Amino acid sequence: MDIIGKTVSRKDAWEKVTGQAVYTGDKSESGMLYAEKVISPYGHALIKNMDLSKAKKIKGVKAIITGGNLPLTGEEIQDRYPIACEKVRYHGEVVALVVADTPKCARQAADLIRVVYEPLPVVNTPGQAFDPNAPLVHEQLEQYKKKSTVYPEPGTNIANRSKIRKGDITKGWEKSDVVIEKRFSFNPSDHVAMETRCALGRIEADGKVLITSSSQAPFMIKRLISEYFGIENGNVIVNTPLVGGGYGGKASIQLELLAYIASKAVGGRLVRVQNTREEDILTSPCHIGLEATIKLGCSQEGLLQAAEILYLWDGGAYSDKATSLSRAGAVDCTGPYHIDNVWCDSLCMYTNHPYASPYRGYAHSEVLFAFERTMDGLADKLRLDPLEFRHKNAIRPGDTTPTQVLLNKSNVGNLPECIDRLKTLMEWEKGQKIDLGHHKMKVKGISCVWKTSTIDTNAGSGVILTFNPDGSVNLLSGVVEIGTGTKTVLAQIVSEKLKMKFENVHVQIKVNTQNTPEHWKTVASRGTFMAGRAALQAVDDAIGQLKHLASCVLRAPVEDFEIGRERVYLRDDPSIGLSYKDLAYGYTYPNGNAIGGQIIGRGHYILRHLTYLNPETGAGKPGPEWTVGAQGVEVEFDTREYTYKITKAFSVIDAGKVLNPKMAEGQIMGAMSMGLAFGGRETFYFDDLGRVLNPQLRTYRPLRYGENPEYICEFVETPQIDAPYGSRGVGEHGLLGMPAALGNSLSLAAGVSLNQLPLLPELIWRKKEAANRGDSL
Amino acid sequence: MIPYDFRYYKPTSIKEAADLYQTITAEGGKPVYYSGGTEIITLSRLNLVYTDAVIDIKSIPECQEWGFHHEELIIGAALPLSFFDEKRDFPLLTETAREIADYTARNKITIGGNICGQIFYREGVLPFLLLDSQVLIAGESGVRRQSLKEVFIETLTLKDGEFLVQLTTKKIDLRLPALSVKKRQQWKTGYPLLTVASVKKDGLLRFAFSGVCPFPFRSEQMEVVLNDRKKPYEERVLDSFKYLPKPVLNDTEGSSEYRLFVLKNTIIDFLKKLEGDQRE
Amino acid sequence: MSEKKSKKVTIDMNINGEKVETDILAADLLLDVIRNNLGLTGAKPGCLNGDCGACTVIINQKPMKSCLTLAIEVGDKEITTIEGLLHSPVQKAFVDEFAFQCGYCTPGFILNSHALLMNDPNPNKEKITEWLSSNICRCTGYKEIENAIQAVMTKTHNKNDSD
Repeated sequence: MDIIGKTVSRKDAWEKVTGQAVYTGDKSESGMLYAEKVISPYGHALIKNMDLSKAKKIKGVKAIITGGNLPLTGEEIQDRYPIACEKVRYHGEVVALVVADTPKCARQAADLIRVVYEPLPVVNTPGQAFDPNAPLVHEQLEQYKKKSTVYPEPGTNIANRSKIRKGDITKGWEKSDVVIEKRFSFNPSDHVAMETRCALGRIEADGKVLITSSSQAPFMIKRLISEYFGIENGNVIVNTPLVGGGYGGKASIQLELLAYIASKAVGGRLVRVQNTREEDILTSPCHIGLEATIKLGCSQEGLLQAAEILYLWDGGAYSDKATSLSRAGAVDCTGPYHIDNVWCDSLCMYTNHPYASPYRGYAHSEVLFAFERTMDGLADKLRLDPLEFRHKNAIRPGDTTPTQVLLNKSNVGNLPECIDRLKTLMEWEKGQKIDLGHHKMKVKGISCVWKTSTIDTNAGSGVILTFNPDGSVNLLSGVVEIGTGTKTVLAQIVSEKLKMKFENVHVQIKVNTQNTPEHWKTVASRGTFMAGRAALQAVDDAIGQLKHLASCVLRAPVEDFEIGRERVYLRDDPSIGLSYKDLAYGYTYPNGNAIGGQIIGRGHYILRHLTYLNPETGAGKPGPEWTVGAQGVEVEFDTREYTYKITKAFSVIDAGKVLNPKMAEGQIMGAMSMGLAFGGRETFYFDDLGRVLNPQLRTYRPLRYGENPEYICEFVETPQIDAPYGSRGVGEHGLLGMPAALGNSLSLAAGVSLNQLPLLPELIWRKKEAANRGDSL
Repeated sequence: MIPYDFRYYKPTSIKEAADLYQTITAEGGKPVYYSGGTEIITLSRLNLVYTDAVIDIKSIPECQEWGFHHEELIIGAALPLSFFDEKRDFPLLTETAREIADYTARNKITIGGNICGQIFYREGVLPFLLLDSQVLIAGESGVRRQSLKEVFIETLTLKDGEFLVQLTTKKIDLRLPALSVKKRQQWKTGYPLLTVASVKKDGLLRFAFSGVCPFPFRSEQMEVVLNDRKKPYEERVLDSFKYLPKPVLNDTEGSSEYRLFVLKNTIIDFLKKLEGDQRE
Repeated sequence: MSEKKSKKVTIDMNINGEKVETDILAADLLLDVIRNNLGLTGAKPGCLNGDCGACTVIINQKPMKSCLTLAIEVGDKEITTIEGLLHSPVQKAFVDEFAFQCGYCTPGFILNSHALLMNDPNPNKEKITEWLSSNICRCTGYKEIENAIQAVMTKTHNKNDSD
């Protein structure tokens, strides 16, 4: 292969290093208005009164919008007003929007709005939400419109219950000689994309609604604005330029609704709504929290027999995608192991916390932290090497998943091989714990990972290839460039298949829902798979057209033609042929006659054979394939202060086929970095009123340069047969095992079970102190 | 974006600055002296600071001074923290300052601004507290030189209209054995869980702290206990805690119990390193 | 406060080697002025709190956060934004080493790295970390950025050797 599997530069490289790259917030236009928000300072409160009088007096204020007269919104359950009405349910919820000539003017007015609140009892953890006597976050749950595949329980705080009933759990316990049960928990946290969310809205005289948004889901914005506000679907046009990082956080629709509402309030004028960093952390959706109880049983020989699991997700105040996350957490509720008997209840709980959107890994790093920590506990109880124990139970073709999908060589990667590679890379035989003297030790911890993508069963993607007069092509796809470089990979796919120089494949980076074929959402590591399939079909379509035209011009049957070096030629006599250039805009004969026309290749792909899950057993096919991997960390631990440094982090991922090595490695390293920060430092701190105490980057701290470990990334290549060149999704997988591997290494180092995140030295100290006092852990 | 506007003045002499302050106040305005300005800018954005006028003291020559004079090192209050990375005549200051915020922020944050700031860590003051530095303070009635110890009580107690011009430290003290350590909640980023700075003078250790209480401080009472060489390290440290000012911080960076655990270890390390007379 | 008339002042700026005149309010941040008045949107608002470094520009050879600076403070100083950097070795190295993904933090990282290498063509690891830990990148693992800086240093080194 010429270009597949090679490192080529990103198509968006030079605009990004020169400052020319345009993001949503960089756009400005004379006459643009600016919206500023008033947000709730409480986690749960009634809005008793709002005094707008002072704000209205500020010169330049065009409109002040408060709650009421707005539709309920939500992707699965419509439970959220875009602007709170009568009641706020989380710290940061929008209660009013001021539209004005300048951001300063809007801010001044917003700061003058006086809101009187009556605080209500706060639901501050999912466990508390589960208590039958807990205050209700949503009293009218039964009245909300919802999709048929979500199962809220009115009268409780349960927004969704997903059940897995595989095998016979009673039999599983009978077969189990060794049993372990553990509890885990961590608070919600944040995505921290460097670009805070931003949306622009305008309504034209003919009713067209134009939205520009830093979004991973422009087509979903189009669909939902149309649905919520009763606008013809084709009259909603969404533009998405480059997006400054998403990680799932920009897959939820929020500011776009405010931009529309604000524009409507000022006669359709262009209005910008941009989050400050504080609002991006508080107001916009966050990374979900979890409380988990895991009970595992296995035979004397170390074969897993039973898993009984309760997940209580901290979905926050509104369901948005949290219900779907709880479903994804049920689908892969265990680690990547063969277990015949699985019982799991995965509950999405309403709390008075910021609500959750997808986060890189879509519930998997969260589940794996709990499950893989339990696996280490069980290995310890069995006195088995944790790596061997995992190898023994590793999921393989012929096994079934918790939702009873039968795995084969294509739809699951090769986990045992990943484990073997990891073992070598980590020099496992040298020991898991090495004393370095001076109260320092080196410890290693591991985690296996897997993930399927539980996206809509009918999610699709389209690609259009238009030829230029010089024979080069333009690639149009609805995939959003959020940093993953997917459009560069798509260009590689087109280049390979069309036998065209990579430079001659021009990529439209921006998405405009009116002229770009839809890609469902740029999430779930599905860009390369779905859009790649569509691109391959588009190339086939274009080749067919090229051959057909050549066959007319050269008077030979279509099937005699071959393509190569940007030419269409006769297989038996390559000297007879025409270049793409001669055919791209139709063929013109020497006398001026012309036939054909611009070559336009068209391709689409829709996920196949996916099903809804059985509400009682969970049985069904939730996703197309499972990417697997084995990961580890090496930590230098201070036994006196309980501080530590992550020295190395390892990933062996079965990528199916690596399409662009440096870019794939970048995806893995970046995800590992994020996972280590999630495991080691990032969390929201809440007070009794449900307020987030650290909504700034100096108190909420992602990893910085120099805090990162050395990364060791390797790939195994077991092709997914129906994927472009066999490649599997890898955008999220580097993150998945990091919190668990870190937890496993530190628990070993400290000699106490560390079951909370983040793994701060203070947490370890606290556990050690408790252990020294003889408290039960 | 700062959601309000203010006037901006850039006086070039101490007197001009002090007079400006008086004039603006007399007109009913609320001025503020501005050095690096990072805190004024960031807190203004959140409506936590309001001012009618900023008086930028960076063009006052005395505030930019750096050099030795009569066996003393004079440090202008408007020198940015990164300046002490380049000039290493005061190693303890270099060491303490480089742990504050991050490098590009230190190109803006000044030593005077850090010491006079609202954010309560103010680690920049620790070396000066330890070395009995003097401060030059300017105001309506001219300048006054005073011992830092007398005017730094939790914060630099300035009268209305006064500002810090310079800090003066004896040259002979700059090379005393000294240590400064900042410990954080996790890894290398963030506010201090605590910062401890220490020097050894005349055979005795001095200690100053930030992040332990909601203000930086030096405690001579603690020093007496900590220098009691008859007792083992741990006992001295635990005894010294009796003299810790109140309250010990208990916040998202760390609980007060955990802070004391880390503080104990840190002081023991300091005692081990500095009592033996070896310089770090 | 609201009644008080905001007064614009005209300042001269020296930016990317050009003198420009622009009208500002005293409270305007340098970041807002270069983005909104001058249309130089390469400097990004990532936090407006001096925490993330996405707004970094070079002022008199030093990397500074333009969100922590008032425009009125820098009238007499030389400012370089990402738009003033054309085909610098650092930019090329960032491309070659895939030292960015979403690109939002990139102008800040490049300007910081550029200023570092101008200040010290051969910084040690500690110094590189000290300078670059002023910025946050959420996409890469930082290794790629380290590689890019190393690549520039190696090239400069080799070039000097062959001279």
